[in-house]
Amino acid sequence: MLSDLFRKKRKYVTISRDKELKPPITDDAIYEPLEETIEQKSDIQDGLWIKCPDCDEVMYQKELDNNQKICPKCNYHFRLSSIERLAITVDDDSFIELDENMVSLNPLSFPDYEAKLEKARNKSGLKEGVITGEATINGFPIIIAVLDFNFMGGSMGSVVGEKITRAIETSIDKQLPLIIISTSGGARMQEGILSLMQMAKTSAALAKLDQAGLLYISVLTDPTTGGVTASFASLGDIIIAEPKALIGFAGQRVIEQTIRQKLPSGFQRSEFMLEHGMIDLIIDRKNMKDTIANILKMHSRKEEI
Amino acid sequence: MSSDLLNLEKPIVELEKKIEELKQFSIDKEIDLSTEIELLEQKRINLEKDTYSNLSPWQHIQIARHFKRPSFYEYVDHIFEGFIELHGDRLFRDDPSIVGGIAYLNQQSVTVIGHQKGKDTKENIKRNFGMPNPEGYRKALRLMKQASKFNRPIITFIDTPGAFPGIEAEERGQGEAIARNLLEMAQLEVPIISVIIGEGGSGGALAIAMGNHVLMLEHAIYSVISPESCGAILWKDSSKGEKAAEALKITAKDLLNLGVIDDIITEPLGGGHHNPEQLMGSVKKALISHLDVLKEYSKEKIVEHRYNKFRKMGLF
Repeated sequence: MLSDLFRKKRKYVTISRDKELKPPITDDAIYEPLEETIEQKSDIQDGLWIKCPDCDEVMYQKELDNNQKICPKCNYHFRLSSIERLAITVDDDSFIELDENMVSLNPLSFPDYEAKLEKARNKSGLKEGVITGEATINGFPIIIAVLDFNFMGGSMGSVVGEKITRAIETSIDKQLPLIIISTSGGARMQEGILSLMQMAKTSAALAKLDQAGLLYISVLTDPTTGGVTASFASLGDIIIAEPKALIGFAGQRVIEQTIRQKLPSGFQRSEFMLEHGMIDLIIDRKNMKDTIANILKMHSRKEEI
Repeated sequence: MSSDLLNLEKPIVELEKKIEELKQFSIDKEIDLSTEIELLEQKRINLEKDTYSNLSPWQHIQIARHFKRPSFYEYVDHIFEGFIELHGDRLFRDDPSIVGGIAYLNQQSVTVIGHQKGKDTKENIKRNFGMPNPEGYRKALRLMKQASKFNRPIITFIDTPGAFPGIEAEERGQGEAIARNLLEMAQLEVPIISVIIGEGGSGGALAIAMGNHVLMLEHAIYSVISPESCGAILWKDSSKGEKAAEALKITAKDLLNLGVIDDIITEPLGGGHHNPEQLMGSVKKALISHLDVLKEYSKEKIVEHRYNKFRKMGLF
């Protein structure tokens, strides 16, 4: 049950993030959220106190946790693990996980991939970068997939692609709306071309969902980039983002290097995406569940007005 | 760019030079050296065969990116008849880095779409080095839907370093444009054949490469990330591209083994640019034979076939 999951894995949830700075990427399906890694350096490490990367306010970790990880001063939305996200999104005790035991192989025998997977499992307490399942939101039954940035940057390899595709197929089988909450650096480099093919696979499955006349709500959280932006994350009937989330296709450093000019402030943030017509709305974390429920209600087939 | 290729070709070029010198010497001094010359010729042929049959992934990349490698328009000219280019996405502008139109392939009318790189600096600027903006993908989608309406098969040619990373591209939804193409291509009721002719650069390539059959030239590459960038990320060193090229499995042979492509088209010795006409002949033959198979499928079967093909992708 969800509440069990939540308690069990709570100890893995820490605010301090990967500290190593990585060089930029010049390829489109893979995105390295460089800016985010810089941001993370300002975190206070002892786990008791935490500093908001946006407004520099120092607060108790516990205070932040009790506030859905939103800065009480400036409304900055800290990243959530998939377990935390599920806990604030679906009804208590409603979540039944799908394909919970699917794990990645190393199909290309890519150097150090197994070690990286092991590290990601330890860091996140998860088997892979996405959790999928059936649940209810304010009583409305749905199929939901939640990506997790703590697992290799939420990158999409064969397993993430397969679990999402199966979630879509389950939506069709059970005639239920689909919700995917994305956070991802893009395709998973260590699975090479097979990662790229997951973009085609998930998008093709969404075409079937479309034809079945079922609702798909895509929720974009910080960061949603690369091959995930270039596939299922951009294909929602309704696309909702959290405030100030980094949402884009190509990496910022890569763009700067290509066009040899500084990027405007707020570039590739939720507000930028809204302004350019790429998303439907921006919703604060605290209102997300009720907003999704309202939309579900409006699409409910048994709805009686 | 092609320094590795030159290294690769150097011993062959040197041997050719030696043969020439010997020929000249034999003429000048009026000595019969035909046996020696013939021996050296044979040696050259063997050396060429050896060199090109054992290429590393990195060397394949050098050939795939060779500035003399035939580009999309050359395929159109040699393989199709009566090509009429159709422009624009009807939303923003005409993107010159993706070209499309209608033509005949062996008396069958088809829609042809491909990435277009430039042959020189001036053309490369015009074509943005074959890196499309969202409007390029939206033009391609418009033409593909048109093809579906008129029941024309679609042939796509892939040759791009990737989708363009730029401010305006992001503003106009580069990610959405690619995603939309994938979703829509999955539903098209006409056969799609995609041929990777040079660089298959990540999502920017895939966005027009969801074919029922995906074919690949012998020296073409297809990858989720350029080996240089991969090396830069993994080993903090962009000169580790050669190592990354091995790890990423990007050659036609690798991709055939992984089930990502359906067929490899053999190139003339040394790469397509050594004998474009021979290359075009091989590509045309392959297209016709693959189309002959797919033409027999009903609309439902075409969609189902393509869906099943991509549904199976991935190993876990």
